[in-house]
Formats: sequence, structure tokens, C-alpha cells
Amino acid sequence: MLNKPDQLLREAKALLEKATGEADVEAVRIGFFGKKGKLTAILRSMGALSQEERKELGLRANRVKEEIESLIAEKKREISATLRSARFSAEKLDVTEPGRRPPIGNRHPITQTIGEIVRIFANMGYSVTEGPEVETVFNNFDALNAAPNHPSRDLTDTFYITKDTLLRTQTSPVQVRTLRSAAPPIKVISPGRCFRTDAPDATHSPMFHQVEGLLVDEGVSMTDLKGVLDLFAKRMFNENVVTKFRPHFFPFTEPSAEMDMSCFVCGGKGCRVCGGSGWIEILGCGMVHPNVLRVGGVDAERYTGFAFGMGVERIAMLKHGVGDIRLFYENDIRFIRQFG
Amino acid sequence: MLVPITWLKEYTDIEEDAVAFAERMILSGSNIETVKTFGEDVMGVVIGRVLSVERHADSDHLLICRVDVGTAAGGDAIQIVTGAPNVSPGIVAPVALHGAVLPGGVKIRRGKLRGVMSEGMLCSAEELGFDDKVTPLSGKNGIWILPDEFEVGADASEALGLRETVVDFEITPNRPDCLSILGMAREAAAVFGGALRYPNAKADADGGKAASDFIKVEIARPDLCGRYVARIAEQIVVRESPWWLQRRLMFAGMRPINNIVDITNYVMLEYGHPIHAFDVRTIAGGVIIVDTAKDGETFVTLDNTVRTLSGDMLLINDREKGVGIAGVMGGLNSEIETDTETILVEAANFNSASIRRTSKALGIRSEASSRFEKGVSAELSGAAADRVCALIAETGAGRIVGGAVDNYPGKAERKPVSVRVARVNALLGTALARNEMANMLKRLEMEVAAAENVLRVIPPHVRVDLCEEVDFIEEIGRMYGYDRLGVTLHKDSVEAEQSRSWRLRELARDVLTGAGLCEIQTYSFVSPGGVDRIALPPDSDRRNFVRLINPLGEENSVMRTALLPNMLDILSGNFSRSNAAVRLFEIGNTFLNAERDALPKERISLSIGGYGSWGFFELKGVIETLLERFGIGGATFESVSDTGTYHPGRCARISIPHADAGGSEAVCRSGQPKTEAGAQPGEVGLMGEIHPDVRAAFDIGTEAWGAEIDLEYLIGRANPVRRYTPLERYPAVVRDVSLLTADEVTVGAVERIIRRTGGKLLEQVRLFDVYRGKQIPEGMKSLSFSLTYRASDRTLTDEEVAKTHEKILGAIAENTGAGLREI
Repeated sequence: MLNKPDQLLREAKALLEKATGEADVEAVRIGFFGKKGKLTAILRSMGALSQEERKELGLRANRVKEEIESLIAEKKREISATLRSARFSAEKLDVTEPGRRPPIGNRHPITQTIGEIVRIFANMGYSVTEGPEVETVFNNFDALNAAPNHPSRDLTDTFYITKDTLLRTQTSPVQVRTLRSAAPPIKVISPGRCFRTDAPDATHSPMFHQVEGLLVDEGVSMTDLKGVLDLFAKRMFNENVVTKFRPHFFPFTEPSAEMDMSCFVCGGKGCRVCGGSGWIEILGCGMVHPNVLRVGGVDAERYTGFAFGMGVERIAMLKHGVGDIRLFYENDIRFIRQFG
Repeated sequence: MLVPITWLKEYTDIEEDAVAFAERMILSGSNIETVKTFGEDVMGVVIGRVLSVERHADSDHLLICRVDVGTAAGGDAIQIVTGAPNVSPGIVAPVALHGAVLPGGVKIRRGKLRGVMSEGMLCSAEELGFDDKVTPLSGKNGIWILPDEFEVGADASEALGLRETVVDFEITPNRPDCLSILGMAREAAAVFGGALRYPNAKADADGGKAASDFIKVEIARPDLCGRYVARIAEQIVVRESPWWLQRRLMFAGMRPINNIVDITNYVMLEYGHPIHAFDVRTIAGGVIIVDTAKDGETFVTLDNTVRTLSGDMLLINDREKGVGIAGVMGGLNSEIETDTETILVEAANFNSASIRRTSKALGIRSEASSRFEKGVSAELSGAAADRVCALIAETGAGRIVGGAVDNYPGKAERKPVSVRVARVNALLGTALARNEMANMLKRLEMEVAAAENVLRVIPPHVRVDLCEEVDFIEEIGRMYGYDRLGVTLHKDSVEAEQSRSWRLRELARDVLTGAGLCEIQTYSFVSPGGVDRIALPPDSDRRNFVRLINPLGEENSVMRTALLPNMLDILSGNFSRSNAAVRLFEIGNTFLNAERDALPKERISLSIGGYGSWGFFELKGVIETLLERFGIGGATFESVSDTGTYHPGRCARISIPHADAGGSEAVCRSGQPKTEAGAQPGEVGLMGEIHPDVRAAFDIGTEAWGAEIDLEYLIGRANPVRRYTPLERYPAVVRDVSLLTADEVTVGAVERIIRRTGGKLLEQVRLFDVYRGKQIPEGMKSLSFSLTYRASDRTLTDEEVAKTHEKILGAIAENTGAGLREI
């Protein structure tokens, strides 16, 4: 009798060994611990034994009970782990399937480029100011010191609405409007559409965008101009580009310059993007001509300033490797989406 | 401006190689388009003389020549087969011998041509690297017939000077002085510190007749002709120019013609001053009269073309007739002929605006007119005329008559300009001393006197661009070098603030791209036919276009009054490329005609368009989202059936609550016909399915949706600042209800009743299903709403909710006849 518990333990071990599901384990539990369980039966039968035997059997039975319980728990864990692992296998995904993307649109690449230029200058304290696309001849040419017979005034170069109004050929008339409406210090950036009578081809468009910049204050010098534009080139392209200023001519600035930038692709060694020269022409600039300040009602002795203008399409084409300006205005969704 | 370096070096010393030369010239402001080297690889080409020419027996175009090449081929004359039609015995031409190399690495080998051995090749000028535009006409379609001045057998590369570097400078319009070799030499001398050497312009004759014995000059319009210098040369022999002169012209981009024409062209290139030569025997009365033409007068120019002149064109006349259009083109009647004996050399100064007008009106753009247009210094005329005469004498083209007739009504005194040392340093950001500045200006041939803190500067007369202080500051800046200027940032306390309009347009872009739309940008000028294609009514004010005087074409001839036509064009383009599921928007200006003399009214508009797995309510949802993000509540969408642009049953007019302030804003902005009631207050635009006829007009082969919205109005009314409302703490009760209503009853009407009746307890109404078909009688539909009830201060009881819910159902039944549908 006293050996019965150990016998049951061996029996339970064997059964659990064979168990494969949770039900098997439960059957073992009931088989031993249920109302009609084998171990329950032993405990019930103890009344017939002597006190010592009862004590001894009790101890043994309890030890065996604990042991079997722990074996059952262990088996349950084992089975549950197996089941989970089977479920995980069944739920396995092919992670190489494509993701399902939210339908997000994007801005036109020209808007993006303007946004980037504006952000850079806004961080340097420039406010956006805008002017109309249809301008007066006075604002577009006369007030900007353009010679009365300058070829750019011709019908072959400029779209006219009347003899006194035209489609602005540059964003520079915003300089005139700003100088007339505000007092120095003036610090503005002006993006917008411009128009010239170029038939569309890979590098020309009758409509294009410029961003104009203007700073007028006391004590502004050409070194300040270089500083701002050098910083701009680094922010717009990358920190390693270096800039070069070449004398040039614009009627509304004096001294005038063109800024070249070391090629952001090859770093100046020469490549396809820079045409092998290592340099890329990026914008025109200069110190605001005293005549322009005067026409704008600004004291040209007390105040000096600089202005600059850049072609947005050109910068977008350079930056994104777009070879044909017409793509911007065809608006093929496959093109636009590439800038999302 | 093409500048052959060997020519430039005649006037100043340049030690730098081509790369260093180009680099420093560019940094000083003389930008360079190209640097081209000629003749570097040419080898084995010699001067030959054709001894005899025979026909090739087996060819009707090949010729067999015996060519004397001196000792170059072992002493004997060689046999060359050529196809050149202009070959003849006695001519001198370049010969590529066996083994010769031509430009581009082309190798010449001996070989048989139709059975006859050819020991080399007679070369054309093009084969030696010259452009067809500059080669002498005697060599057209054939070999290059050289002047008779070369030793036979000599290396052609050496003898002809085929090795040359030609720099093409980009000359800005303010620097007409640089349209000359001397002008560029002045720049180079200033940059490299060399001296500037002027060419020999001494051409005086002792005794004998004087120019004034031949010619008198009257200037009737001194306002248009500031100076007229006339010199005379006689015993003229018109013939080919010496090679050195031809060579320079060719490298500088001009074709040699004959010695007289070549010399005038040469001096034009050298000095930048146009010259004209007349045959004196054709000048009636020995008088040159500079005057405007008679209106309608006809005149035959050198190119044998009849020109009709107008009264403002300046004409060079003799006593009887016109002989040349001043500064533009000479007349056929006074042209230099092979038998010309005496010539008048004209070096005159004409008003640039006048020349420009004439040249444009007549459609003639000559080397002369393009220089006069940009401005030529009158001070140059005397020297230029003298230089022509010196070259005539030097090349044996004729004999110079002493003196000149020089009529100079426009002579102006050149006054010094004051340049303040402090101002220079302030503008450039430099700390240059007065002397340093003075030296830089002197290098540019300026006369500089220093006084205290000021320089008094007189620029060379050719520098017509230097007028005021700031012009000289630029000269100092570029001589110093922009690259040497410091890099600083201006210190100020200006803060950036972007305008409300800018920020709200950016917000609109954020919302619309977030809603899955892509942005497009289209031309501001459009075809006037676009408004027909979107079927705008004939009386629409969107047909009152701002028109271009000189459009590129009809399709870009008016400023757009609406964005929708461009949007549909772009949808069409995408559809034709089979792009699926396209949703687009554009933000841009529309242009409406304003009062006379005023600029057009530019108004910011928004267009939306799309096709493919899209629909009315997706589009409406986008617009609702935009309005919500703009903080504009209470928008209404009202069915409109008579737009023409949109499907009559699928179009809505969008309005927002009318703002009382500034009531003038409440005009009809959609461009649609005004209803009887007149302008629609608060109307912001139309949306809907594009009418099938309109779609067809744009070749869009599928249903498309579009909208145009007055964004400027929304910007004015937007209030995007959000205020926090406390989060609800008590639970909501949701009741769904399905109503059976007549088809005509709109969701909007039912919703309004629900809201009105629901009162405070009704938090939200949401339509979640519209059903027609099985189990629903004809002419009826089922609308399913989800109603959310909530109180902010307590948990609602079932009784409270039931009471309100019943009230709502009752109101709906009463007002629309709709009943509860048993599900």
C-alpha cells in the first residue's frame, strides 16, 4: 500500500509522456486528482490504516501529488508553446509583398523649389512679397534703369498688353514696388512667374519662374551680398559648394555680378551636369543702382543695398536632373509624382 | 566677339597661357563663351601650285592635276586627283601630302581614284578647319585658292599661320567699346599690367590736293549725326587683300571680299568703329548731305534689295540722291567696283536709337548697325578714318589724299567725375587706399587726379558706359577682383514674416496634397477658345479677356480668366497617356480686365480635377476638408443644373456664410450666369462631374470631376486658428435610423431637420448609407443615419434619448413624409 503513490507517479509520468494535446493532459489530471481519481482513491482509503501508516502514506501521497501537478503544469506549458509556434507559422506573412500606401499627393517641383529657396531666405530674415504678373512698362523697365531703347523692351522679347503694360519679364519690378511702399530696412524675397517671347524648347519656356531678393539698409556692402548668396548656395545644394563672383552687367545694379557655384555633383572636377567646367552659373546679382533707389524714393546716399535674381526652373533642373523644361508644364502625373 | 590671340598680342603683351588668360579675363568681367584652338593637329600640308589639269578618262567630274610642291615630295611635281571644280593651272593651294593629318585627326594617304594614282589632296579652307561662313568666295565648293605670295613647298601651317587660339568674349550691352580688338586689348592690358600699343594711324600726304578739294559734308540733322569724317584715297587698285589681313578677318569671323572692303572691316574690328567706303565718281556734286529720307522714298541697298524708307531714317545723300542708309547699309549706286579709282572713306557717328529704329524697321542687322546701336564714341571717328588710310597706303591699295573733312557738331567736353574714396570702400566692403584705387583706374587708361578724399576721373572716350560715381566703383571692384572681396553677413534686426495669403496658399497645398492630390502648374496665357470648350455662356464676364498684343500663337493669346480649361487640358493629356487615377489641383492667378489704364485684376483661384476611381462625393469631401482646415464652417452645396460646364444633375454651387463686412466681396465670382436674384452672397465656386459634351471637347474618354474655387475669397475669410473644446467625459448614446423617403427629398434637407430638432443633446449626425432597389418601392430611397446623443454634464438616460429621437423622427415625417424603415 505504501508503495502505491510511487507507483502512481510512474504511471502518471508514462501517461504524460504520451500526451500530445491539452485534452490528454486534462485526462491525466482527472484520472489522478478527479473525484474518481487514483490518487484521490488512495487518500480516501487511508481511514483503514494505522496512524503511523496513515501518516507515512499521507506524506508520500502528498509528495507524489505535488510532483504530478508540477509535471502536468510543465506539460501544459510545453503543449501551449508548441501550439503558439504552430499558430505563428500559420500566420507568417510574405514581408516582401508591397506595402499599401496612403494616397498622398505632392507639390509641383517648381513650387517645391520655390518653397525651398523661400525657406532658406526666410530663415535669414527675408519676408515674402509678391507682385502682379501683368506689370507696367515703368516698373518692369524704366524704374529699373533700362535704357529707353534697350532690346529687351522689343515686341520680339516681351509680351505686351498695351503700350504701357506688359507681362513682366523678370521679378525685379517687385523691387520697385517694395522700395516705393516700404522704408528701409527692407529685406524681401519675391518668387513669381515671368514671361519672355521664347518659343518652348528643351531649355526655353515663354513662362518661367524667378525668385528676386532685395536688401536695403544703412551700411550694406558687396561683401554682405557675397555672404548671403554663398550661404544660400550651400544651403540649397550642399555644404561643400564654393561660389565665385564674376563682374557682369544688369541695368538695375552697379556693381553687378554673376554667381557661379562649384558643381554640386562632381565637386568641380567636371562632369555632365556642369558641362565639364566644374562650375555652374546660378544667379545674377549686384548692388542696387542708385537710380533705382532714387526712383523708389529711397535716399541713395544714406542707404545702400543689394539685389539678386535666380531662375527657379534652372535650379530645379540642376538639382533634380531634369533635362527638358517643358516637362514642368506638361504636368504628366508620372513626372509630378517623381517629386513626391 | 571673336578675338584671335595673335591679333590681340599686337597691342599688348600677354605672357599667360590660354587657360590662365581666360580665367583672369573672366574674373575681371570679360566673360568668355568659348576658347577655340585652330590648326594644332595639322601636319604635312604644304603650299602647292597647280601646273596642269586634265580630265580623268573614267570620270566626268574628276580632274587629274600635276602639282608643284617644291622639295616637299622629293623635288618632283606630284599627281593629285581632285573633284574640285575651281581648280585651274597656275593657282596656289594647300596640298595635303601622303601621311598628312588634317583637323580632327583625319589622315591623308595616297591611293587610286578610279584607277589613277593620287599622291595627296588639294584642300579646301573648310578641310583646314575654317567655317564655311568666313572662307573666300573663290574657294566656294572647291579648293582654297591662296594669294600668290607664298613659297611653293613651304609648310602651309607655318606659312598660313593656321595655328591660332580664338577667344569668343561675351560682351554685355553696356560695353560697346569691347566689340573691338583694341577694346579687348585695353581690358587685357589692365588685367595683366601690360602697356597698350595703338596701331599706326598716320596717313598724311605732303602737298597735292586735299580731301576738301574732293568732297564737302553737310550735316542737316546734327541730332542724329554727331560727327562725319571723310577722307579720300585715289589710284585705288581693287584686288585681293594680303594674306595677313585675310587671315585675321577669317579668324575673327569675317569673310575676305577685296582689299577695300577688307580694310574697312578690319578697322571696324580693330577699333570698333564702322567704316563705309563710297566710289567718289558716283557722288553727285561732290557733296555728302546727312539728312533724313523722304517718307516713302525707295532706295536700293548693296544687297540689291529695294528698301522703302520712312521720314525718320537717316540717309547719306549726294546732291541728287541717296547713296547709303546711314550706319546700316550702303547703296548699290555708290558701291566700290573693280574699276573704282577714288574712294571716300566715311567714319561717322550716328545716333544709336535712330540706327536701331531704322535697322529694325528695315530688317537689316549689319555689323555696322549692331555697333552703332550699342553706341560708338564720336572721338574715335578721326582715328578710324586715318587707320583705314594708313592700311590703304601700307598694303598698296591706293594713294592717300591729305587732310580730312571733319564735321563734328556733337563734340562734347569730357568732364571729370568725382569718386569718393570712402564711398568706394563702403560699397565694396574694402579698405583700399586712394592711391590703390587711382592705379586701378589708370590701368584702364583713365585720367585720375587725386584731391583730399576724392578722385577726379576722366575715362577714355570709348568708355561710354562710365557716367557716375558708382560706375567707377564697379571698375575698381572688378580690377581689385570680386573674388578678393570679403564674405560677411549684414547685421540687422529685421524679422521675417510671410503674408497671410502666402501662408494660407501653403496650407491649401498641405491639405490638398494630404488628400491625395498632386499639384500642377500651367501657363497664365491661354487660348480664348477655352471658355467655349467649358461652355461658358456668351455673356459671361470671363470672356472679357486681357489680350496680348504679340502672343506666340492663338493658343497663348489671352490671360486666363479661369483655371478649369487648363485643368481639363492636363487631365486630357494624362488620359491620352493612359495614366490611371489622376487627381490634380492648381493654385494660380486669373486675370480680369480692369478700368482703362489700370492693371488687370489678378485673383488667386484654385482648380481641382480628376478621373478614375473617383467621384462627386470624393471631390466634395476634398473641398469640405479644405474649408474645415481654413476654419470656414457652414458651407452649403446647392444643386445647379444650368451651368453647361457640369453634368446638370451632378453639380453643386458652393457657398459659405456671407460676411457682412465689406459687402462688395459678395459678387458673383464663379463666372457662371447670374441668377434672377443676382449675385450669390458668399458663393465661392462650382464643383461637379464635367459635362459629357465638355469632356468630349477636351478628349477625356472617361467620367471626370472638376471644381473651381475662388481661393482669394477663402483666404480673406479663413480663420485657421483652433480653439480647444473640453473632451467629453460622459458616454455617448448612438442610435441608427433608416428612413424611407421619396427620391426628391435631399439628404441635406433631412439633416437640417435632424439638427434643428435634435437640439443640444444631438452631438453628431452621420449619413452612412443610401439604398435604392430591392425591397424599396420605385421613386423611393432608404437613408440611414447614425445619430450620436450626448450631454456634457451627465450620462444620458434611455428615456431622455428616446424622447429626443422620437421627436426627430416625428419632425422628419411631418416635413418630408419619410417613415421609419424596418430593417
